[in-house]
Amino acid sequence: MYFTDWQGKPKEAIIKLAMEQLLAFVRKEVYHILRDRKTLLVLFGLPIAQILLFGFALSNEVKNTKIFMCDLAKDNFSFQLTEKVHASKYFNVVGSIDIPNEADEVLRKGSAHLVMVIPADFSTKLSHSNSASIQLITDGTNPNLASTIQLYLRNIINDFRNQVFEKIELPYTIEVKSRMLYNPQLKGAYTFVPGVMAMVLMIICTLMTSVSIVKEKELGNMEMLLVSPMNPLIVIFSKAIPYLALSLFIVTVILGLSVTLLEVPIRGNIFLLYGVCLIFIIASLALGLVISSITNSQQVAMMISLMGMMLPTIMFGGFMFPIENMPIPLQVISNIVPAKWFYYAISGIMIKGMGIKSVLKEISILLVYGTVFIIISYRNFKIRLE
Amino acid sequence: MEHKYSIVTENLTKKFGDFKAVDGISFEVNKGEIFGFLGANGAGKTTAMRMLTGLSIPTSGKAYVAGFDIYSESEKIKLNIGYMSQKFSLYQDLKVWENIEFYGGLYGMSSSQIKSTTKELLSKLEIEKESNSLVKELPLGWKQKLAFSISIMHHPKIVFLDEPTGGVDPVTRRQFWNMIYDAAAEGITIFITTHYMDEAEYCERVAIMVDGKIEALDKPFALKSRFKTDSMDDVFYRLARQAQRSDN
Repeated sequence: MYFTDWQGKPKEAIIKLAMEQLLAFVRKEVYHILRDRKTLLVLFGLPIAQILLFGFALSNEVKNTKIFMCDLAKDNFSFQLTEKVHASKYFNVVGSIDIPNEADEVLRKGSAHLVMVIPADFSTKLSHSNSASIQLITDGTNPNLASTIQLYLRNIINDFRNQVFEKIELPYTIEVKSRMLYNPQLKGAYTFVPGVMAMVLMIICTLMTSVSIVKEKELGNMEMLLVSPMNPLIVIFSKAIPYLALSLFIVTVILGLSVTLLEVPIRGNIFLLYGVCLIFIIASLALGLVISSITNSQQVAMMISLMGMMLPTIMFGGFMFPIENMPIPLQVISNIVPAKWFYYAISGIMIKGMGIKSVLKEISILLVYGTVFIIISYRNFKIRLE
Repeated sequence: MEHKYSIVTENLTKKFGDFKAVDGISFEVNKGEIFGFLGANGAGKTTAMRMLTGLSIPTSGKAYVAGFDIYSESEKIKLNIGYMSQKFSLYQDLKVWENIEFYGGLYGMSSSQIKSTTKELLSKLEIEKESNSLVKELPLGWKQKLAFSISIMHHPKIVFLDEPTGGVDPVTRRQFWNMIYDAAAEGITIFITTHYMDEAEYCERVAIMVDGKIEALDKPFALKSRFKTDSMDDVFYRLARQAQRSDN
């Protein structure tokens, strides 16, 4: 027997035994994770691919938008304006049409996102009555994109007007000067980076943890563990520790990529940022444990994690679809999605540089979630199989 | 009582609703004995074993394993037993030595103890060269033998084997039984459930379960002479055909 000291000095020996068991178990989990190369590749590849995709390909930003001109004026002013639009990095004038009615065809074919119609009396009106109109015909299929394009173009036109009237003092004009705070270039990455973090942490912590525990049950190893002199809580801790470490590492990778490649700033306190991540990771791990306690099949665990957790995270996380635009009932539902609070806190800290006081509400909600999940999973965890 | 026997049960019963999976069984297992537990599928063998190993709480009755009460001293029981289940319980994606290391760690063995035990165990099984292979790459027979070796690597007082030889070829089964004899010679009590009647002959005593009850319990030759037959198959068949329950 190897437990001579266990019988002699119970307390220290039990703690020592538990530590050794925990160590052996964590080591085993690390072997599992490292050996499963494909999963590991997905875990690292997924956030990197998402960051690159969201950062470069799937951006909502207006860059080199194709526009057609319908210049009915063809004079000095209209040429100057066309030139100015084309010179901006946001727009490319790729063609022109002679009559406004052709705009429909151009937009339909997708040759351009917008057609700008300069009326024949543009210059005359501009110089005599100080007011001229320009028509912007936009492809409204993607409303977000359409309004952003319009906004950008308006700014350029306003700029142009100011240039033209630089010398002329207008007695009564109200000039609106708007400024985009925190994200002056309206970069999509600012919203996607915290969103990607929420999704990836959800996958690693909730999905991977629940699947890995259920796997022990499905393959019959759980019986062996329950028959051994190991406290079942050690199973939980040993499953959680490697995934927690992995999550923190991947968070670091995501942040590193965002700062270097996408030029997303980290304006707030980095420790606060990691602190919030840690709370969210623990809450997600506990959620994974809850899932693993209600099913015995890996597939069911995966389905619950994906459909029950990932989908709401994407729908109601706030980074894909603005919650403010949703109908009231959906806005209420969105409050129960932990990822939403994580997203608010992270984007607040990263982008706006908010301090702990400003994200106290979000942190408290995440803490409550974590505590509730831990309590549920602890109560559900079966020491005996039946 | 606690010192004489390895396992003692009195009227041990497990009900699932109205269904009595195990219906008041009483028996004793001597120290160092090879005790066979026979029965058709659904006769209650596995349920009985699960109660003795602490995986399942009995509905009523008493039982002592290694001298400890299964209700109040299950932690002490766990320190003194080994277990090998019907489902295969080594980690397929871990190497042979990693599996040994893990189970050694579970039972609180120090790394030097684990090292020496691993060496000893591998040379006994003659698979030193496979130490670095993944368990899933081993043939089934080797896996079963390895699983058995691991289940007794912490020198338990009793080892519970739940249909350990399922699907294994006769030669390997023979080798497996030699390992069981070796373990018994070291003083480990063997509690084994099986379907194979030839294996029943290897046991010192067997209990035959029918419908949750123990219908016969004796040495194999005594059972054979009682039923006036020369095969355990016959003994089992005569007892089992009274069964009311069908397969699960």
